[in-house]
Amino acid sequence: MIEAWGAALSTGWEGISGLWSAGVSVWLPTGSALVLLGLLGMLLAPSILRQLLAFNVMGSGIFVLLLALRPPGPSGVADPVAQALILTGIVIAIAATALGVRLARRYFELTGQTELPEDRDAARDD
Amino acid sequence: MTEGLLLPLLVLWPLLVGLGVYALPERASAALQVLGTVAMAGLVVGVLASPEPLRAALGGWAAPLGIGLHADRLAESMLVLTLLVYAAVLLYAQAYFAHGSELARRFWPLAWMLWAGLNAGYLSADLFNLYVALELVGLAAVGLTALTGQSTALAAALRYLLAALLASNLFLLAVVLLYTSTGSLALDSVGAHLAATGSSTWAAKLALALALVALALKTALAPLHFWLPAAHGNAVTPVSALLSALVLKVSLLILLRLWLELAPVLDLALLGLLLALLGLVASVWGSVLALTQRKIKMLIAYSSVAQVGYLFLPLAWLLPGGLGAALALEATVLHLLAHGLAKAAMFLAAGVLVLSAGRDDLASLRGAVAREPLAFAALTLAGVSLIGLPPSLGFAAKWQMMQAALLADQWPWLLWLLGGTLLSAAYVFRVLRLAFLPASEAFEARAPLPQRLSLCALALALLAAFGGFGAAAFSDWLAADALLGHWGGA
Amino acid sequence: MNDWLLPLTLASSLLAGLIIFFLPERSVGWRSALNLGAAVLKLACVAAMLWGTQQGISYELRLPFLPGHELLLRADPLGLLFVTLSAVLWLLTTVYAIGYLEHSPNRSRFFGFFSLCVTATVGIALSGNLLTFFLFYELLTLATYPLVVHRGTPQVLQAGARYLAYTLGGGVVLLAAIVWLQTLVGPVEFRSGGALVALEATAGVENWMLVGIFALFIAGLGVKAAIAPLHGWLPQAMVAPAPVSALLHAVAVVKAGAFGIVRVVYEVFGIEFAHNLGVLLPLAVVASVTIVFGSLRALTQDDLKRRLAYSTVSQVSYIVLGVALFGPAGTIGGLVHLVHQGIMKITLFFCAGNYAETLGVHRISQMAGIGQRMPWTTAAFTVGALGMIGVPPVAGFISKWYLGLGAIEAGLGWVLAVLLFSSLLNAAYFLPILRLAWFEAPPPSWPHEAHAAHAAHAAHEAQPDNPPHAHPTAPDSAPPPRTGDAAPLLLLPTLCAAALALLAGLAAGVPLSPLDWVRFITATEYLP
Repeated sequence: MIEAWGAALSTGWEGISGLWSAGVSVWLPTGSALVLLGLLGMLLAPSILRQLLAFNVMGSGIFVLLLALRPPGPSGVADPVAQALILTGIVIAIAATALGVRLARRYFELTGQTELPEDRDAARDD
Repeated sequence: MTEGLLLPLLVLWPLLVGLGVYALPERASAALQVLGTVAMAGLVVGVLASPEPLRAALGGWAAPLGIGLHADRLAESMLVLTLLVYAAVLLYAQAYFAHGSELARRFWPLAWMLWAGLNAGYLSADLFNLYVALELVGLAAVGLTALTGQSTALAAALRYLLAALLASNLFLLAVVLLYTSTGSLALDSVGAHLAATGSSTWAAKLALALALVALALKTALAPLHFWLPAAHGNAVTPVSALLSALVLKVSLLILLRLWLELAPVLDLALLGLLLALLGLVASVWGSVLALTQRKIKMLIAYSSVAQVGYLFLPLAWLLPGGLGAALALEATVLHLLAHGLAKAAMFLAAGVLVLSAGRDDLASLRGAVAREPLAFAALTLAGVSLIGLPPSLGFAAKWQMMQAALLADQWPWLLWLLGGTLLSAAYVFRVLRLAFLPASEAFEARAPLPQRLSLCALALALLAAFGGFGAAAFSDWLAADALLGHWGGA
Repeated sequence: MNDWLLPLTLASSLLAGLIIFFLPERSVGWRSALNLGAAVLKLACVAAMLWGTQQGISYELRLPFLPGHELLLRADPLGLLFVTLSAVLWLLTTVYAIGYLEHSPNRSRFFGFFSLCVTATVGIALSGNLLTFFLFYELLTLATYPLVVHRGTPQVLQAGARYLAYTLGGGVVLLAAIVWLQTLVGPVEFRSGGALVALEATAGVENWMLVGIFALFIAGLGVKAAIAPLHGWLPQAMVAPAPVSALLHAVAVVKAGAFGIVRVVYEVFGIEFAHNLGVLLPLAVVASVTIVFGSLRALTQDDLKRRLAYSTVSQVSYIVLGVALFGPAGTIGGLVHLVHQGIMKITLFFCAGNYAETLGVHRISQMAGIGQRMPWTTAAFTVGALGMIGVPPVAGFISKWYLGLGAIEAGLGWVLAVLLFSSLLNAAYFLPILRLAWFEAPPPSWPHEAHAAHAAHAAHEAQPDNPPHAHPTAPDSAPPPRTGDAAPLLLLPTLCAAALALLAGLAAGVPLSPLDWVRFITATEYLP
């Protein structure tokens, strides 16, 4: 049993690293899909929380894209600048999400709403 | 060696002050802020005084890996503007917030962090650092918008946050595309790289498009302005001043930098025309909506929407090989300064009137105008600059824009530049005529507000209304031709 | 000593105005002292500059402003003519306004803007280039708006909004002209004989552009100069208090527009250059149409101030007509009418104010026999009216004489017909007033005395929606209704103005009279 699992894992691993060394063929579409999904989510999602989630999905997608477009060099070491960018980006995303969630929660406490009121730009403001 | 510290300090010092203000009790915090502002003034003067534009590489790491800071004339202009507006707003806020109030306690640290982010945005020579600066500015601004904690403020803050986050992601994506196609994050070398490797222009175009959308969203260029009126109009007065005067400007500055960098490599004529047309629509839309507002702060917020439109007009002439390019750049910077000073003054003055009247709508401000003539004078002078009457900075900006349009052989824009004056005058005078209405209620004797509030507004307004006299000197100092030097000849 | 004379002329009223804004409402003495002191100081400065210019001293002040363009103040003969007129008439109007607004609210605000208004007018007179001119021109718009809407009633505010729409619109058109011209040929300084003639860049500019720029100039300046059809703001602006109407129509706004046209034709384009461009004839036509139109409309007005307003519309176009007539006589006629019309019109408006303030008479139909009740005022009115018609020896005759000569010189006989016709119309709308005033029997009681309280009148003018007892200024400060002519503070300026009108006509041949001065200026415009 264990050998079978081990064989399956190592085959899987070989497959993945094969794909990885084949280049960007997996990560590029993945990243792009995530970005598009996140974008759509931010634009269309009804509730605040979902928009925040979509923001995170989009962010992750951007990071994946970065990695896809900057594959590790021949020595196998990932691009250090890309790593730095992604780490910073994650930290920023966490901070922003935290702020958003806190605001949304307070807003819910005050109004019981999970969605923002309709945009009244063109209407006269009262 | 000490010069190398000036630039990072401009970002670091406000952060430190912000932290200190958060931690210290009220009296010490006030003292720290005074000290902090004076120190900032010293830093800015130090930067201005240096004969060569300063550069700093943090940690000694040079490009493309390091974080570079660069203080060219554009950055210096914005540093000075930010210093002036902040000095006035901080002084104002000291008197505006009741002593020891919760609002004040929240305001100070966020305001100083915003300052740090703004400076970082002006000084960064590095694409990713620009992204970080935009984030810092955005989060601080959202925090400031939500300051009162009421549901309207929270809704406005949330809408602002979501718009800002969307914009940030788009900008990040643009940065990623630029980095992966050029291998460098340094702004000044991006253009050179792209010119060298002509094949990657699709990535650069996509990146520019994404960045433009992102920055237009952050600068509230119509039709992407939906978040602005609620945020600026409902916020506490000092916050409105900071948001309208400064936060809108940093994203525009970054857009300018990208534009200047990529214009020689990509053909931006059509894009410039499109943005300028959007700007025209924005200025009409904002002005018309401003005419229908019943609350003074919303009117001023919509005025910002309109004025942002004007800021985008020069992009139609800011093209390599164009005759009006240097003038267009100069006009944009002048307009950034004029609007920053005038809008801050307007919000501060309006805040005084609203405080005095106890209500926000135009009709009931009549009595307040009689009680606070200095604030009203500030409002008038700021309005003069907004309309663009001589000798204001706004007029100088408009004059340069008109000359740029004529030089670039695009005289139809003149019609709008001139016509826009009348629309702006319409909504400004809607406010100014208040002074001449008979008092609707008996003249109440209310406790007068501290003069300091009006004086802060008045100081900024005087700068805006008479700043045109310094336009010639400023133009020489700015040396727009030198800023465009890397564009080469016509 | 010479360097600060120019700025001092401007600063005298500017500083006075700024200080007055902060004076409390009650400090009548200080305010009047400041007003009068500044007016006298300004006159003194002007006199000093006149004397100095005679001695050959030139006064000039340059300040950096926009990149490549500077602010230029200069005391040239044409500018000195206008500034002297302004300074003298301002002194008279100040005295008048102090008397007229004795019991009105917001006097500090009024006199503050009043002083700013004069600062702007002086600035317009002393401007040495187009940009400086524009700066003070727009400042004038801003400074006069608060004066027009001083009373604050809804009707007044609406008139004010209309005033702004017209004047700011005109300003925008003027700016377009300036920017267009200066982008083509560079900064333009006023120069006798025409600046464009001297600039080489002009040679490269096509004719249609120059004509277009000229049209824009006339349109932009024509709003303030009340050239038809841009005159619509003027009759509406009559809702302003009488001193404001006097100022607006005699000294400041309307004259500024006309003065601007004079500057543009003579010192930007140059009369011969303009003649060659072919723009003078259309200008003459437009002016003639306005002359006739204004007079015709004046005939139908019963409200005295509105009749005077339309008369102004007509009369200012005499100046424009004079400008459009190619030849020294036409120029003399136009320029000297700038001065004469100012003096005569201010006399008439002072009289209208006297009637309204003393007896509550606003309409001509109420003026029967008013000459017996207010003889001095009506005498002054007669002088002014006769001058408007062109009867010697009042000054108006001189202007019309030269205009007629100019028409002949320019070979435009039809202009003579226009002049004659309009003089007839002037007679038609002024003589009946005189007949009514002097020879009809007065009514049993005048509108003022029919009212229960004099204070109600002042309160009514200021705030019609407020019940009289809520009026902020104490009603007990209102004097009892007068039994004689107008109050001294009102009567004195009126008589002075009338005297000046007579003097300008009688002493026209004397050196340093307006006519003599204008002859001198004309010579410089026509010499190569």
